[in-house]
Formats: sequence, C-alpha cells, structure tokens
Amino acid sequence: MSVAATRFVPAPRVVEQVLEASESDGCIVIVEDRSEAEVRFANNTVTTNGTRRDRTVVAIALREGEGGTAVGIASRSGTGDAIDLLRRAEANAATAPPAEDAAPLVTPGSTGAEADFGDPPVTTNLAGLGDVLTGLGEAFGRARAAGSQLAGFAEHKVSTVYLGSSAGLRLRHVEPTGKLELVGRADGGARSAWVSAGVADLATVRLEELEERLTRRLGWAERKVDLDAGRYEVVLPPDAVADLMVMLGVSTSGREAEEGRSVFSAPGGATRVGESLSPHPFTLRSDPFETGLECTPFLVAPASSQDVSVFDNGLPLERTEWISGGRLERLQYHRAAAARSSVQPAAFINNLSLELPGATSSVEDLVARTDRGLLLTCLWYIREVDPATLLLTGLTRDGVYLVEHGEITGSVNNFRFNESPVDLLAKTVEAGRTERALSREWNEWLNRTAMPSLRVADFNMSSVSPAT
Amino acid sequence: MPTVELDAEFPTLPLEPVRSAALDRARALGCEHAAVRIERIRSQVVRLRDGRLETSADDLELGVGLRVVREGSFGFAATVELDADAAAALAEEAVATARATAPAVSERVELADEPSHGEATWTSAYELDPTGVPAHEKVALLEEWSGRLLRAPGVHHVTASVLAVVEDKHYGDLSGTITTQRRVRLHPVVEAITVDAEAGGFETMRTLAPPVGRGWEYLLGDGWDWDGELARIPDYLAEKLNAPSVTPGAHDLVIDPSNLWLTIHESIGHATELDRAMGYEAAYAGTSFATLDKLGSLHYGSEVMNVTGDRTVRHGLATVAYDDEGVEAQSFDLIRDGILVGYQLDRRIARNVGLGRSNGCAFADSPGHTPIQRMANVSLRPADGNGPSTDELVSAVDHGFYIAGDKSWSIDMQRYNFQFTGQRFYKIEKGRLAGQVKDLAYQSRTTDFWGAMEAVGGESTYRLGGAFNCGKGQPGQVAPVSHGCPSALFRGVNVLNTRSESGR
Repeated sequence: MSVAATRFVPAPRVVEQVLEASESDGCIVIVEDRSEAEVRFANNTVTTNGTRRDRTVVAIALREGEGGTAVGIASRSGTGDAIDLLRRAEANAATAPPAEDAAPLVTPGSTGAEADFGDPPVTTNLAGLGDVLTGLGEAFGRARAAGSQLAGFAEHKVSTVYLGSSAGLRLRHVEPTGKLELVGRADGGARSAWVSAGVADLATVRLEELEERLTRRLGWAERKVDLDAGRYEVVLPPDAVADLMVMLGVSTSGREAEEGRSVFSAPGGATRVGESLSPHPFTLRSDPFETGLECTPFLVAPASSQDVSVFDNGLPLERTEWISGGRLERLQYHRAAAARSSVQPAAFINNLSLELPGATSSVEDLVARTDRGLLLTCLWYIREVDPATLLLTGLTRDGVYLVEHGEITGSVNNFRFNESPVDLLAKTVEAGRTERALSREWNEWLNRTAMPSLRVADFNMSSVSPAT
Repeated sequence: MPTVELDAEFPTLPLEPVRSAALDRARALGCEHAAVRIERIRSQVVRLRDGRLETSADDLELGVGLRVVREGSFGFAATVELDADAAAALAEEAVATARATAPAVSERVELADEPSHGEATWTSAYELDPTGVPAHEKVALLEEWSGRLLRAPGVHHVTASVLAVVEDKHYGDLSGTITTQRRVRLHPVVEAITVDAEAGGFETMRTLAPPVGRGWEYLLGDGWDWDGELARIPDYLAEKLNAPSVTPGAHDLVIDPSNLWLTIHESIGHATELDRAMGYEAAYAGTSFATLDKLGSLHYGSEVMNVTGDRTVRHGLATVAYDDEGVEAQSFDLIRDGILVGYQLDRRIARNVGLGRSNGCAFADSPGHTPIQRMANVSLRPADGNGPSTDELVSAVDHGFYIAGDKSWSIDMQRYNFQFTGQRFYKIEKGRLAGQVKDLAYQSRTTDFWGAMEAVGGESTYRLGGAFNCGKGQPGQVAPVSHGCPSALFRGVNVLNTRSESGR
C-alpha cells in the first residue's frame, strides 16, 4: 500500500466545501476513495485482471419542517467539487416527507479517528497482490505437471472513508481487504478442492502453502464413495460455518422481529431476545476492534434501510454480541427505532465472529472424534427458503469427504442441503476453536469472519447433486 | 481539472477526447486490441414501508474503463477521472497490467473477428425517463398503492419499492466502431404481509410484475395492469395463510411464466454460457454439464423444447444494439427440438473454440469492470400456431399443482440440481384449480425436468420475466436479463414440503 499521488481534489477538502455550501438545516458528507487490484485465473492461465481508482461522494441534506425532519440524498462516483451534488440532495429534501428514522446528528466524541482526517487516502496496485501474482506462472506449471488445473482469484482493495457533518464530525478510516481463493481440479473436474485466505495484507499469504493444502485434498478424493440423500452427522470447517452464520447475522432485524416476520419473532409482537438458541454458550458478535478483523469503528450509512439510518452516520461502533452465552442477546435497531422499542441501538458491523469460549479443538480434532460422518469444505448458492425458520437451501461444493472411525476415507458426491443456521446452533455436538474464515458465498460482501469448526448431528442433505 | 456537471447531457461529456486519448495511446503502446467504455449509470431507488418512506437513493456512476490486448495478454484499468490526460494514463496502466500478468498467461488471448460498425447510436424502447420523475411523485404513487393494500382486511404490512436505472454507454475500439447507447429499465415490487400474531407465523404475497426495459410509463399501466393485480393481492394472501401445507411427492406441474423464467435462467441460461462450460468460471459461478463435446447431441429436454438467446427483443433487459466488445446484437438458437445446438459467446471464447463470430454476449456492469460473457435474453419458444392456453394445460392434469411467481431459488455449480419455490401454488384436481396450498418447493435435475416437459402453451401465455441482479465473475458483476416463456406442463416432478425439510 502507498499514499496516493492523486489528481483528485483531496477528500477532506470536498467534505469542507460541501458543508460550507450547505443551505439546509443539517448536512452529512461521505467521501470514499477506493483503490483496487485483482487477477483472475482458470485452466492454468490468467483470464482477467484489473486495477481501478474510484471515488464515491454522498451528500445528505436535512430539512426541518412540520411533522419532522426530511432527508434528501444524492451520491455520485467521480471527481468534481460536489456542490451540484449537494444541491440535488437539497432539492430531494425539499419535497421529501418527514423521515421515520430522524434523530439528532451524532456529535464528535471519542472515536479517535479525527486526528488523521486531513491525511490522504491509502492506495494499492498490482504489487498489493504480493507473491501471489508473481508466483502464479510457476504454480500453473506445477499444476500442469501434476495433471491438474488451478482456478481462482486474488484481490487487494483499500477503502479510505471520510465522513463530515454539520454537527462537527470529521472522521476518517482506512480499511484494507484482501483475499485469495484457489480451486484445484483434476480428472476433468471429477476431483476438485477449494482453499482460501482472507487477509488484510496479501504479502502474508504463501501461495505454495495453499497449493499444498489443495494437493492433500485432491489426494483424499482418489477414492470416490456414492452416498444417498439423508440426514448426516457433518463436520463444518470454519469457512462453511461462515457461509451459514453470515445469513444468521443479516437476519437480526429488530423491526422484522417485532413485526412478527422473522425467525426471531415470538408470538404476540414480542421478539426471541433472551431465548436460548443452543445448549452451548456460543457468542456471535461483531466488533470493529476484533484482532485480525479490524474494520471501520463508526457507522457509515449512505442511505437508510429498515435497521440503518443516515441520521446515525458517525455513530461509534462497539463490540455487539448478537448471541451471548447461547442466548439471543441483541437485534439490529437504528437509534430512532431503538428509542421507540426501548432497547439499545445496534448496527451491523463489518465483521462477524462465532466463538465457543474455551474451545481449543481444530477441525482435524473434530474429524478424529467422528465415528461416521461427512467433512464439508464450503457451501454454495445459499438462499432463504422459509424466513419463519430461516430455512436455507444450498449445495456442498469442492470437497465432501467421508469420515469413518476418525479417519478421512474418501470423497463423496455433492448434496443439496435444507437447513437453518439457527437450528444448527441447537444441533451442534461439538465446536472447535475460532479461526479466521472466509465464506465462499458471501465474502465479497463480508470478508471479515472468524468461526469455529462445528460437528453437527442430523444435517439435512435433501438430495444428491451430481455436480463436480 | 475539469468537473462534470451532474445534469449534463451524456453526449456533451468529453466522450471523444477521452476515447481518442485512450485508444491512441493504446495503439502507440503496441496493443493489438483496445476498447474503451465511458459510462454514466444513474440509479434511483425509492422504498416505502407501510406507506412511509424508508429509503431514497439517487446515485450517479460515471467513469471510464479500458481493456487492451497486448502480445496475447489482457490488461484492464479504470478510473473516475474523465479527461484526456487521465485516459492516456489509463492506457499506460492497462498495458502495465497486461505485462505484469503476461508470465502467467499460458493461453494467448485472441478475439474473434468483428467488422467495424462505424459510428452508431441506439436507444432502448421507452417513453418517460424515470430519473426525470421527481422523487416525491414516485413516493406519492407508492404511498397510494401501499394504502390500498394496508386498508384491505388481513394485510398487516406492505413494502413497496421501485428501482430505476438509466445507463448511458459510449464505446470505441481500434477497429473504428464507435457506439453510443442508452438503456432504461425499471423494477417495481409491492409485497403484502399478513402476520398471525397469536400463533406466530406469517405469509407474504408479491406482485408478479417483472422488471422491464421500459420507462416510467410502465408504472402508469403501460405493459402491466397494476390496479388489477393490487386489487387481487389481499385475497391471494388470505387464501395462502389458511391454505393446507403441501403433501410432498412426485407431481405433475403447470408452471406459469412468472415462475418458469427463473428456472430457465438458472438451468438453461447459465448452463449454455460457453465460458462456464470451458471452465473459466470454475472458481466462482461454476461450470456446466452442457460441455462442448455434447453440442449437437445432448438431449436437453423433450421435443417441444426450443430455446433462443437474443439481445434484440423489445423491452428485454439484456437488449442492446452492440455489446461491450463492439459486436452487433443477434438472435440465435441454443436448443432446437430438445437438442443442444448453441452457446452464448464472447469474442475470446468464440475464437478459442473455433465457433466463428461472437454472438454478442459481452457485458460489463460498470465502467470499473472488464467485460465478460454475460447472458442474452434466453427464452423458451411457445407452441406454434394456436397453442394451448394455461387453462388447457391445467385441464390435462389429473392431480398436480399450478405454480405462479418466483421466490426462492438455488442451483448447483454445474447446473444440474435445482430447487425453486414460488408466490402461489394451486392444487389441480381433475383438470381444474382447487385452491392454494403452501410450503411448496420443486426440486429436480435439469435434463430430467426439461425432459418431463410434455407441452408448452401458446403465444397467448407467453410473457417476459427477468431480473436486474444476475451475478457472475470476480470481482462480482450484476447483469440485467429477461427471459420469455409460455406456461408449460411437466410430468412427475419432485415436490417438497419446506416445513418438513426444516425438520418441523
């Protein structure tokens, strides 16, 4: 990463210019400078690549009127002084009805981000892909020699966000995000495996180490076993747990729960907060200061939605336990909704961790204690089937392994599953230690996850998929 | 640095200087191909919850992307700086990227030939620019619609939203093709929810109006009967809440176009993308069971199955005049009399496998993304002549279900095993509809399912469905696409009960 030699109008200046020009009763400005580099490959060759510089400016204008505060929003990518953007936001505010989520603007506090507000954005480029880019050619050679094909994707991106408001906020935060996904295929795709790394800095990733893990997994697949649909004991590694828990995390809307339309609704307009979801004292949390998963410690909301309010922009984010001691603890509320429901506001934060306090086992330990079951790799094409139970459907992908008497004895066909992540916590037999995980399905949206391995009874493999 | 006014007309932007600067520098740097896109995408969202404004967003994306081929390697770079100097620098950057990744390129990039089309402009079929409609008018319309539903007995909550996009795209390449195209599209959705507060549980019912390539006139009734549909939703919802839970098993299905379009999208549209079949998406979107060795021989479905890909149909979401590689829009067969006969192509894949000219399926969803092969409007042809109505298809079923509207969807990475739910499921008894059931999902394998298609409806049953949000590629790209189809009759499809699937 490096500091940009930029031709853009500096973001802090854009923020000040817009706030100065504001003619409304309140104003919030968000400038996000993004810098990204990526390389994609398949069939042992690079297929696409790219670098980009991007800027998004969001102007949010508030207008006090009869019945409350109205909001107007306008956003754009690109350069410019953004005053015309502000005028569009003000025009939108002029005719908008009073906002349901209105709340006093957040005032400067102790987020600690103010000091560097004037600093330039941090950028990346192809060098941000580290040894992954320079090592790919040789990795393809090794794969060819072994009769296999590599496919995958590496990217490094850095977002620098600047947030200012007429209430005096001046916040800045730099969020670097990187990942490498590697798929190995052999025998025309009949054997395949997936490994990944989600990291802030790709320089810490050793491509050869991931290749070794792929090779070991492709070796497990040399013996094929066909199994029918049914309910199986499964060992879900941290990545697969992330695939499911992200869906639980995004289903924690306080409003939906209170309205009786979510898995966390209780009869009579109540929610299930306080209810035990698991016999194990799991914690499911988001925390901007979580080691290894650090993310923006204040709320950035370019638009309002059911649980997020533009009025809450700049709100300090803190460790939020959605599930604590196995009980449902918190649901998402913006400040206005939280006040109406007499609860604490809670915003979704850009990371998610599931932990069983005291657990130390690795996925290998869980496999060793499995008499007969399936070790999964990751899940794919996950969609909600029934929101009342949070029943999800999806597929196993790139590696289902048969475990017999604590040993991996072969690879199994893929399955379509129908399962609820809420039920999964209840059906967990054993959980391992929490590790950095990357959800195959959702990582582009939520890269920062840490999950344990889980051994789960009666996992519903609804049908066989012949896909490889 | 010059700034770009928000409300400037697209043709008044510095299109020519930016295009020329990028292409001239790319040529000077020895690129065998180069294509530049300057794009402005205006998106507006209005979303109401129980008749009150929840979300209003008004976004403009503006930028330039350049893809070069130099010594057999791609290089792509993008920026939001829109001037000639930045465009020339972009060419340097794209070439540097091509050079940096060249050592790992073992399959030389060559593009299928495409003649120069000179200068051309094109606009999709619309009357009223939806971004010209003031936000408060949009809010007022959705408020009024929400109010109608909220006043109906049994409706406890209503969400109503409309997403409007106006996409302006200026394209130029080294062959001399220079195109300027505008596409307008709208996605309105209204959903009613009923909650059983005592017992817990809820049901939803959504409008079946598809997203379309039309202007604001669509919301005013041009192409859809909003008044009629909104009036029926409360009764549909009440009946669903009290409907019996479905009995699982193998059942005959009559599937309405409002549901079948999505099954076509997933099990045919993606499976006939040749980049997938060749393994280019193995790490993400997946591959395809319909591999190239099966072209001309694979029995995809029954003899009544005829599927075309096109980028030309009026109001289609994937409709253009030229694609993002300068290829003229076309219409082509994918499946004829149940046999796989074609694929969707871009210029690289067409050249790679020796299939001749690309059929024009390259698309990038943003100036910041490189074009990849994306879906054409993939559509199932209705029966020739005076084909059966939906009622006539239903009359051919002794016991089964009629399914309307899409909801949950999922398919595996090789496009075999899928599972879909819907908005409404009606029991069919002795050839007649006999009330709704609930908790239904159908699960099948692609060739089994299409092989079980006994009859397709006639032209009178044909509708265009579609989506704004088809995902593919890394970094992820979303593409809008339409799918036309008639109602169709399927025999012996596996029906699941989603409550019992959850172990309840």
